[in-house]
Amino acid sequence: MALGANSMRCGEFRTSYRQDSTIFPTPMSRNFAIAGVLLLMVSPVFLQPYHLNILIQIGYMGIAALGLNILVGFSGQISLGHAAFFGFGAFASAWINSSFGIPVILAIPLAGVLTTAVGMIVGIPAARIKGLYLAIATLAAQYILEDFFNRAVWFTGGSAGSLANPLSLFGYQMTTDTRYFYVVLAFVVVMYLLGTNLIRSRDGRALVALRDHYLSAEIMGINLTKYRILAFGISSFYAGVGGALFAHYLGYVSAESFTILLSIQFLGMIIIGGLGSIMGTLMGTAFMVLLPEVMEGGVGVIADFMPGIEQGLAYIKEMAIGLAIVLFLIFEPEGLAHRWQLTKAYWKLYPFSY
Amino acid sequence: MADTAPRQAAPETMLSVNNIEVVYDDVILVLRGVSLEVPKGQIVTLLGANGAGKSTTLKAISGLLKTEDGEVTRGTVTFDGETISNQDPEKIVRKGIFQVMEGRRVVEDMTTIENLRLGAFTRRDKNVRRDMDMVMDYFPRLKERAGGLAGYLSGGEQQMLAIGRALMARPRMLLLDEPSMGLSPLLVKEVFGIIESINRDQGLTMLLVEQNASQALKLADYGYIMESGKVVLDGTQEELLSNEDVKESYLGGGEQRRSFKNLKSYKRRKRWL
Repeated sequence: MALGANSMRCGEFRTSYRQDSTIFPTPMSRNFAIAGVLLLMVSPVFLQPYHLNILIQIGYMGIAALGLNILVGFSGQISLGHAAFFGFGAFASAWINSSFGIPVILAIPLAGVLTTAVGMIVGIPAARIKGLYLAIATLAAQYILEDFFNRAVWFTGGSAGSLANPLSLFGYQMTTDTRYFYVVLAFVVVMYLLGTNLIRSRDGRALVALRDHYLSAEIMGINLTKYRILAFGISSFYAGVGGALFAHYLGYVSAESFTILLSIQFLGMIIIGGLGSIMGTLMGTAFMVLLPEVMEGGVGVIADFMPGIEQGLAYIKEMAIGLAIVLFLIFEPEGLAHRWQLTKAYWKLYPFSY
Repeated sequence: MADTAPRQAAPETMLSVNNIEVVYDDVILVLRGVSLEVPKGQIVTLLGANGAGKSTTLKAISGLLKTEDGEVTRGTVTFDGETISNQDPEKIVRKGIFQVMEGRRVVEDMTTIENLRLGAFTRRDKNVRRDMDMVMDYFPRLKERAGGLAGYLSGGEQQMLAIGRALMARPRMLLLDEPSMGLSPLLVKEVFGIIESINRDQGLTMLLVEQNASQALKLADYGYIMESGKVVLDGTQEELLSNEDVKESYLGGGEQRRSFKNLKSYKRRKRWL
């Protein structure tokens, strides 16, 4: 890893158009990303199953949250029904696998495609309505899909839920946390690279333009209807893939997991991580997944002094999530990604402040 | 069009607006029969006070009226002999009409370069980069700020970016809505100078809507003056510049001997009303 020569940088100086649109702005950032992935790859050696479980959760939730961030952060729409798409992907993957005998590794992307179709249908009203009204329309989608999960016995197993077969690859059953961890890691890397690529492409620019100035976007030849629906489609694809990974990890899918609360949690993740930031999404997801775990540890410590507090643990967890969202909205509305930017900027010019 | 021949004696008409009437929300009549013609390769300016209907005319041409609940209820807009009234703006853009909207509207969260790339949205060819160099040559200030966020550009630079972004689409005709808005006189001069040189080098046809009549008439070949939804006067640059009424109402000055002493008895005389 060439961290040496240019590791003390004082800014980014781009000299060509190509440099302006690379995924990694500097060799440093690329090396760090590769180092991060390598570190994660060896992490099962020294992490316990409990920690791996958390990392896997961050992985599949992070993929779904990235979808929501593309919709909310980049194209400027809103969805309160993301959990329903997440759930649809989970059921769809289990269904595709068990009904048609398609291997799980193919069923996961196929489930993503199916969810895309559903998301685009839900996105059709988005072509005409915005803001609060769109929020209500997607809320309706959330409830309609929840109802569908409970009634469509052929698809979801109804209220009994459905079983999802474990993923097997090259004759290996990915049943242990260690094995499944690598599957999720691979999906996360691919999906995040795709996401970054999308944003720096023509279509990504179109999404941002229609978020910021939809009139001037239209005057530049961007078809608003097409791109608004497309944003819903892409977002649902990510939700579907995340949901499918969730299904084959747990092995069992039931409709109760995909309530409006999970939708709000997804929104919380991208708000805490930073709207319109790819890496921020992952940070926000990690924050939201880790928060209840940390609370649990904290409560365990306090319980020695305040007996009985552990009975309120479930409430404390929920309150902590609510409090975290509120605090972020007040003190850092641009999320963890912005904090991270500021930290980097600080070190770029250290010891001068600007 | 990059390689058009120098101006001909009698250029063909590129855009013509034929007696259009525009109604907003089905009730508010804004334009009451506006006609104008823009010959190929020329700069035509549309002058008038606030609320005269200049921007509405532009929106009727570019199709933006639709998004604001407006409609051309009578008359037609033809571009290159083809009727384009009441079409979708994104279709009209693909025909080659690009509007630079009032108040710049660059995408603040994108860099200067990304904004320029956005302008080339409708294009699929490989020359985008060459055109970006061309834009940078016209606007050297943009080159200095190429990698920075457009939101951090000054007002003048944002206006330049908005014009540059329009050039990236390789339009056949540019609609400029008040490029001087909110700029200092020096910057207005600079921007207008660049607009003129773009027109001269590339033969790009332009329809320029302006409040700043004296600057606009300096570079326009032909001008129209609008008042309360109608064209009240039109003429070549020289005709308008020498017209007493235009001088009095739009350029300042007018008959030199008028003093402020008899301000009370001063009566606006507009022969066209």
